[in-house]
Amino acid sequence: MKSIGVVSPQSMHFKQPLPLQSGATLSDYTLAYETYGTLNADASNAVLVCHALNASHHVAGIYEGQPKSTGWWDNMVGPGKALDTDRFFVIGVNNPGSCFGSTGPMHTNPATGKPYGASFPVVTVEDWVHAQARLADALGIRQFAAVMGGSLGGMQALAWSILYPTRVAHCLVIASTPKLSAQNIAFNDVARQAILTDPDFHDGDFYANGVVPKRGLRVARMIGHITYLSDDDMAEKFGRDLRGDDYQFGYGIDFEIESYLRYQGDKFSEYFDANTYLLITKALDYFDPARTFNGDLSAALANTQAEFLLVSFMTDWRFAPERSREIVQALVKNDRRVSYAEIDAPHGHDAFLLDDPRYMAVVGSYYDRIWQGLSARPLAVQREAA
Amino acid sequence: MITERFAGLRADLAFIAHWVAPASRVLDLGCGDGAMLEYLQVDKHCSGYGVEIDDAHIPRCVQRGVSVIQQDMEGGLAMFADDAFDTVLCLSALQMMKNVEGVLRDITRVGREAIVSFPNFAHWPHRVALLTGRMPISESLPYAWYDTPNLRCATISDFEELADEVGLEVLECVALRDDGTPVTFLPNWRGSLAVFRLRKR
Repeated sequence: MKSIGVVSPQSMHFKQPLPLQSGATLSDYTLAYETYGTLNADASNAVLVCHALNASHHVAGIYEGQPKSTGWWDNMVGPGKALDTDRFFVIGVNNPGSCFGSTGPMHTNPATGKPYGASFPVVTVEDWVHAQARLADALGIRQFAAVMGGSLGGMQALAWSILYPTRVAHCLVIASTPKLSAQNIAFNDVARQAILTDPDFHDGDFYANGVVPKRGLRVARMIGHITYLSDDDMAEKFGRDLRGDDYQFGYGIDFEIESYLRYQGDKFSEYFDANTYLLITKALDYFDPARTFNGDLSAALANTQAEFLLVSFMTDWRFAPERSREIVQALVKNDRRVSYAEIDAPHGHDAFLLDDPRYMAVVGSYYDRIWQGLSARPLAVQREAA
Repeated sequence: MITERFAGLRADLAFIAHWVAPASRVLDLGCGDGAMLEYLQVDKHCSGYGVEIDDAHIPRCVQRGVSVIQQDMEGGLAMFADDAFDTVLCLSALQMMKNVEGVLRDITRVGREAIVSFPNFAHWPHRVALLTGRMPISESLPYAWYDTPNLRCATISDFEELADEVGLEVLECVALRDDGTPVTFLPNWRGSLAVFRLRKR
């Protein structure tokens, strides 16, 4: 299927300080974003796509002259695709604290004149949603036809439905969870420790030292990557295959899986910011909308007004189907309109980024339904007038 | 326009739909492509959920605006609270369950009323087939014995006993012909589909 083609990022500066959940404030900030498709006259066809840990506002299409720069959800978003840019006005926003254009730890702190480094305030999923809401305001979008995300992006979509109940008509939460488990947090902390203990980290101020804590980032990514794949998928792709003909009896690369993970780690450490990794894993750890409701998720979702689609993948052990079912059950308890699909895909957590025909059919059908609702609206208005 | 839209509603479903009170809360177990729930939502202003395990049906349900939850109903209906529904539908699905009694008890827990249908094994062509020494293959039981999804064979008389055991009172019992019209004379012989309307005692 064809891609949306060449796209270009935009940015918007916000002078009004952003109060954060931690009590700190982001004094002023820039958001990088991209849009695809056309906003209709009554601004009712906007869809916000929220990104996960290592992704960005570059959801679909490619950048001019960079044929390998395909957006991270290009298989989902584009003309004629499940989220059809011929119908919807799609927005991708880079979250504050990230390292792809929005204000982050590598940028200058106006208060000190130096890069924020580790002093960049800890941001939460809710903080991101508030920042995204300001962008929506500026773009003239009062209500999104849908807010959608996978994994950490799904948490943002869910938070949108709680924080701005009237501004979300439909909420698509994919391969996500209402909160991290102890095991999830444990993996995150091992990744953080790898970065924090890298001598090149310099307490987060490595920019001034002209170094990058690559070793820490590399290990962090390797750990993360293991949790994105299923055991079966890894067995299928790599098994115990050796790189060479026989065991090396050393600590170089023996197995293909080692080679793969090291390659992924190396690649990641070339472009990702260590402070951003710390920030984003903390945002994941802290997300728990039920926390202020004595752990009662259905109470946390009581004010939502959106209709929901949840999708999980059977081999996802990072955010397993049970976690999505918790959200579905809490919504059912609130009599919300919610559909739930459990896709039998072999790829673990990563499946939410891949092409599975069943997955794409469910999401595509859901957007068809949203589109039918939008198209029917003028007619209803006409009838009312008559 | 609406009648035109639902002209395709299967005859047995159309018959069963008239037992569902307008604006009631409905759970449709084994909701298939969601046609019944869509009809109940649009025509009778009902609300509720469908439960379906088959991947192929989920997109169609979603497209119709039916709230569908993909799960194996034998995994239990823990998703739903006690007495959450006015009516629980379980249409032509019960015979595919391993644990029929467990599912029926769950239905009793989450609903005040239930409408259950299943192929009547005592339909006369089935009896004839058995008399000639063969497992029946018919419009209501279209599968060969070795590849049928129907794990349970029951007759109208059989089901009444189980319903009683799980605490359901039979309000109405109707046998339908293949064309969806009710049989009044010798229903356990002449009806191919057994339909029970039940209430929690």
